[in-house]
Amino acid sequence: MIEIQNITKKYGKKTVVNQVSAVITEGRLTAFIGSNGAGKSTLLSIISRLLKPDDGKVIIDGTEVLAWNQEELSKRISILRQSNHMNLRLTIWELVSFGRYPYSKGQLTEEDEEKIKEALEYTEILDLKDRYLDELSGGQRQMAYIAMVIAQDTRYIFLDEPLNNLDMKHSVQIMKILRKLVDDLGKTIVIVIHDINFVSCYADHILALKDGMLIKTGEKKEIINSDVLSGIYDMNIQINTIDGKDICIYYT
Amino acid sequence: MEKPYTNHKNMKLILFGILFIQCILSILVGVKNISFLHPSFEDMEIIFISRFPRLVSILVAGCSLSMTGLIMQTITKNKFVSPTTAGTADWARLGILIAMLFFGNSSTMVKMLVAFVSCMFGSFLFIRLLSKIRIRNGILIPLIGLMMGNVVEAASTFFAYRFDLIQNMSSWMQGSFSLILKGRYELLYVGIPFLILGYLYADKFTIAGMGKDFSMNLGLNHEQIVNLGLVLVSVITSVVTVTVGGLPFLDLIIPNIMSMIKGDNLKNSLLDTALLGANFILFCDILGRVLIYPYEIPIGMMISVTGSAVFLIMVLKGAKK
Repeated sequence: MIEIQNITKKYGKKTVVNQVSAVITEGRLTAFIGSNGAGKSTLLSIISRLLKPDDGKVIIDGTEVLAWNQEELSKRISILRQSNHMNLRLTIWELVSFGRYPYSKGQLTEEDEEKIKEALEYTEILDLKDRYLDELSGGQRQMAYIAMVIAQDTRYIFLDEPLNNLDMKHSVQIMKILRKLVDDLGKTIVIVIHDINFVSCYADHILALKDGMLIKTGEKKEIINSDVLSGIYDMNIQINTIDGKDICIYYT
Repeated sequence: MEKPYTNHKNMKLILFGILFIQCILSILVGVKNISFLHPSFEDMEIIFISRFPRLVSILVAGCSLSMTGLIMQTITKNKFVSPTTAGTADWARLGILIAMLFFGNSSTMVKMLVAFVSCMFGSFLFIRLLSKIRIRNGILIPLIGLMMGNVVEAASTFFAYRFDLIQNMSSWMQGSFSLILKGRYELLYVGIPFLILGYLYADKFTIAGMGKDFSMNLGLNHEQIVNLGLVLVSVITSVVTVTVGGLPFLDLIIPNIMSMIKGDNLKNSLLDTALLGANFILFCDILGRVLIYPYEIPIGMMISVTGSAVFLIMVLKGAKK
């Protein structure tokens, strides 16, 4: 379980995250939603220890995140940021095998290789394993990064806008993989995401931020609701039920 | 399970083979003819006092410089950064000058230490600068390094001129193996443990090259690894500069060639880079000794000419793809 207590982060005078407290329960797919600049990514970075908060603390499985042994923590949580521009020429296999670094320290055991292979099969890029990252399409590259995180095999997985710049096919594929990770392997996944319909179709739990504050939190059913969403995004959002799925209509 | 790396499997073997042949050639080539099969006492003396030290120093310098280049370009995440372009070598020379000014005719060990301190200062200044100014254009980073290096070099030249040390200094500006004799190159061995350390840290350097967030995600302290890399690079650069002198751009060309062939997973490419570096510099040295026999073309010049030709070919080939 992850407890977020009174997290505050300021950039200069601007408060980006303002006294946010929440609990992230295990075995669920939690989505952070909100407009641009609402503080979603900053909050995610703080929870995953990439950023230090100005105030408040994050407690992961009973221990404060900064008090964790960093090596052990990297076996417990993994984080994939939004822009992953990498200058290195690595093959997919090499990249994903670095996901095993917390366990193997560079000496891959047979178990490590098995995990790498599983991650590549999960993301359906096993046949591309010897290709260099810079020879791939954006979607394939994102798959490779996600495979790396899967290979890291952590209880908690944080993803910052994993669908950014991807086509529909890859987006659906990634969301299905995340769903499977939660349902089949019992992972706890937290994502920052803009496409509200993917949230509606795949998430379990939602945290809504606005101007740095947590304004609404609850099960998907409570949030995917015309009034609530309109309040979060400051725009008119209609909800239609199509084939049993709540689909938000906001294009016109 | 199928092993991931199938191509370039024999690369190390081939590089070793060529290196071995070149080593024999290097021992044989020289003004004095040596009989390899029936060496006389005099031949043996020449081999052990002059040719063998020369060969060893070439090998160590070639491995060292290409490895430092690879480590530097990885931890700075920039393919154009190397001890040459980051000005590290210029700082080493400034250090040597300071040692000569303040400690008189000090031993090479003292020169090496002062050069090392100076190198460290320069490297950390460079890295601090990079983290302070957020530059999006990658090519500007080595340009800043080159400019800083030139300022440092100008300062060194000025003080060398004022204190009548120009002649002394120039031998450290232009690398040369022709003055290497037994007793004058052994300091190079100091660099070897650091090369091994560099190899042991290969994975960590690669992860550092992925960026701060990736390093943290995998439980590593990014800053610590970068600092360690800089210390390694500074030690090795100062050792080579004090014993052999400056060998420009070797540290830039070799890692880039290897990166094109084998990618940037240091564990996978570090040894090959070292071997290629040793091969390349030995080739340049032998060619330089043969071309205008019995005289010698300076190694720095040979490296520049051969290196730019090779690099151009690689770039053009890459562009065609």
